[in-house]
Amino acid sequence: MKDELVFERPSVMTDRGMHYCPGCHHGVAHRLVAECLVEMGLVEKTIAVSAIGCSVFLYNYISVDTVEAPHGRAPAVATGVKRARPDAFVFTYQGDGDLASIGLAEIMHCANRGERLTVVFVNNTVYGMTGGQMAPTTLIGQKTTTCPGGRCQDREGGPMNMAEIIAGLGGTVYSTRVALDSVKHIVQAKKAIKKAFTIQEQDLGFGFVELLATCPTNWRMTPLQANERIAKEMIPVFPLGVFRDATGEGGGK
Amino acid sequence: MSEKRMFIKGNEAIAYGALAAGLRCYFGYPITPQNDIPEFLSKALPDAGGEFVQAESEVASANMLLGAAACGVRAMTTSSSPGISLMQEAISYMAGSELPGVIVNMNRGGPGLGDIGPSQGDYFQSTKGGGHGDYRLLVLSPSTCQEAYDLIIAAFDLAFKYRNPVLVLGDAILGQMKEPVTTWKPEPVSPAEGGDWRLDGASGRPKRLLKSLFLDEGELAGQNLRLDAKYKSMQAEVRFEAYQTEDAELVVVAHGSIGRIAKSAVRSLRAAGEKVGLFRPITLYPFPTQALAELAAQGKRFLTIEHNMGQMVEDVRLAVRFHADSGFHGLLPGNMPTPDEIEAPIRSALSR
Repeated sequence: MKDELVFERPSVMTDRGMHYCPGCHHGVAHRLVAECLVEMGLVEKTIAVSAIGCSVFLYNYISVDTVEAPHGRAPAVATGVKRARPDAFVFTYQGDGDLASIGLAEIMHCANRGERLTVVFVNNTVYGMTGGQMAPTTLIGQKTTTCPGGRCQDREGGPMNMAEIIAGLGGTVYSTRVALDSVKHIVQAKKAIKKAFTIQEQDLGFGFVELLATCPTNWRMTPLQANERIAKEMIPVFPLGVFRDATGEGGGK
Repeated sequence: MSEKRMFIKGNEAIAYGALAAGLRCYFGYPITPQNDIPEFLSKALPDAGGEFVQAESEVASANMLLGAAACGVRAMTTSSSPGISLMQEAISYMAGSELPGVIVNMNRGGPGLGDIGPSQGDYFQSTKGGGHGDYRLLVLSPSTCQEAYDLIIAAFDLAFKYRNPVLVLGDAILGQMKEPVTTWKPEPVSPAEGGDWRLDGASGRPKRLLKSLFLDEGELAGQNLRLDAKYKSMQAEVRFEAYQTEDAELVVVAHGSIGRIAKSAVRSLRAAGEKVGLFRPITLYPFPTQALAELAAQGKRFLTIEHNMGQMVEDVRLAVRFHADSGFHGLLPGNMPTPDEIEAPIRSALSR
């Protein structure tokens, strides 16, 4: 029988076992970013800004020039990178605690200025690396180590819908929310990332892609249950869709 | 080297000097008393082909500086005391990732909101870290507008030489006073600057990674040892001014604006026959410990004068400790002292 290679690792990804927990979607998200970089011919001009939490080790898996940012500050660091090297392709990869809590000012002003860069935002409704504390995106009623009785609207406020918030800012050209829970959604997610990358390549403005992702460990679920939770509990609160598309290609609200 | 004579403020001297040094990116946030710098650069830097960003906060401007520095371009932020406090996180990360950026602090009075008047209350913050972790900044203290121009150019060269943030510590006196400055043009920035570590896209070479996270056992220890060796090697950069110290019985130690005012006092006392001299540290880190120790070994006495309640005096006492002690006279922050006010404590120290 002749071997035929039908599926391989994107050339920009390293041959290294990932440290992520079983069922975590960071691996899928990394792969989608890597595929887009390779397919769009961006690898050799990319400067990535790695943020904090579980995904700080992005640079262990994707072989591009990378600088590490302090907590929440990746959009400011990326602004400095892009202003210093306007010809580089620049993206940040940030989780929900990083982007929607400590770094809320940096992400909003970066979008508002219309910085020519792309933000990949991984929303799993919980602080992963620090052990499962409440995030700005934690759902009402969701139990975490710092809201053990479940998040309460009156006490802790409700989950923040970042793709919609970013869509409302003047410099944003593209803001969308996709999910990683099914093959169909993963295909849509890749298209969204590619579109956001294209917008930067066309020098149009700021692009933002929110990915709904799992954290089976901190959700205390099996990987399959975690996948199901995205469809059942997250998407009703964080609807999928394009919230701003100023490219004139339609789909925006 | 084309020279030009200009009558400008200390803040403007810093902006002109940075442009002459090849400044490419400036990030800042308004705070008194240094606003002349961003105001000037908001036009002059784009005109010179660079990038100016008014950030949403000092936190963001310092992190923009981090990003630009990672790309190996000459970048700067400027602020004043409370703003510098907000920048400490990024400064620590820059030291940990070995990124060359220039930070200017036009020191005002504190703690807290303090006032907008001159002070040297940020000496500890500038020279002893300020942010978290084991690290050092090169710290330069200009005392005149001319020196501000000259030292900001030196600051960029030193930042790249050592791959380390450099802090230029001025104050509200220096920033707001106006004097003649002879501008000069240094050698143009080499296109190869930062070439072996800077991020510019991994075209035709392996990827590069600039980071301060070292999790494996022993990895951080190795990094901190390397950094420590670098900090020790900075001793080569020690700068100071010794004025009439040879035959002085009493040496006044003062830096920055106060060093310059103290010099006037010393000059006047010399004219009156008093054997007094001035020692003015220009690098606050590395501190000119050795030079002070040598003066102490000659049997001289010391009086440290600062615009605070006593900070640099600790470094002076460490330097002279085997031979002498240093008296201390604190000037209250928020006021601008005259040479007369400085003469009185020197006279009193002389008579002791």
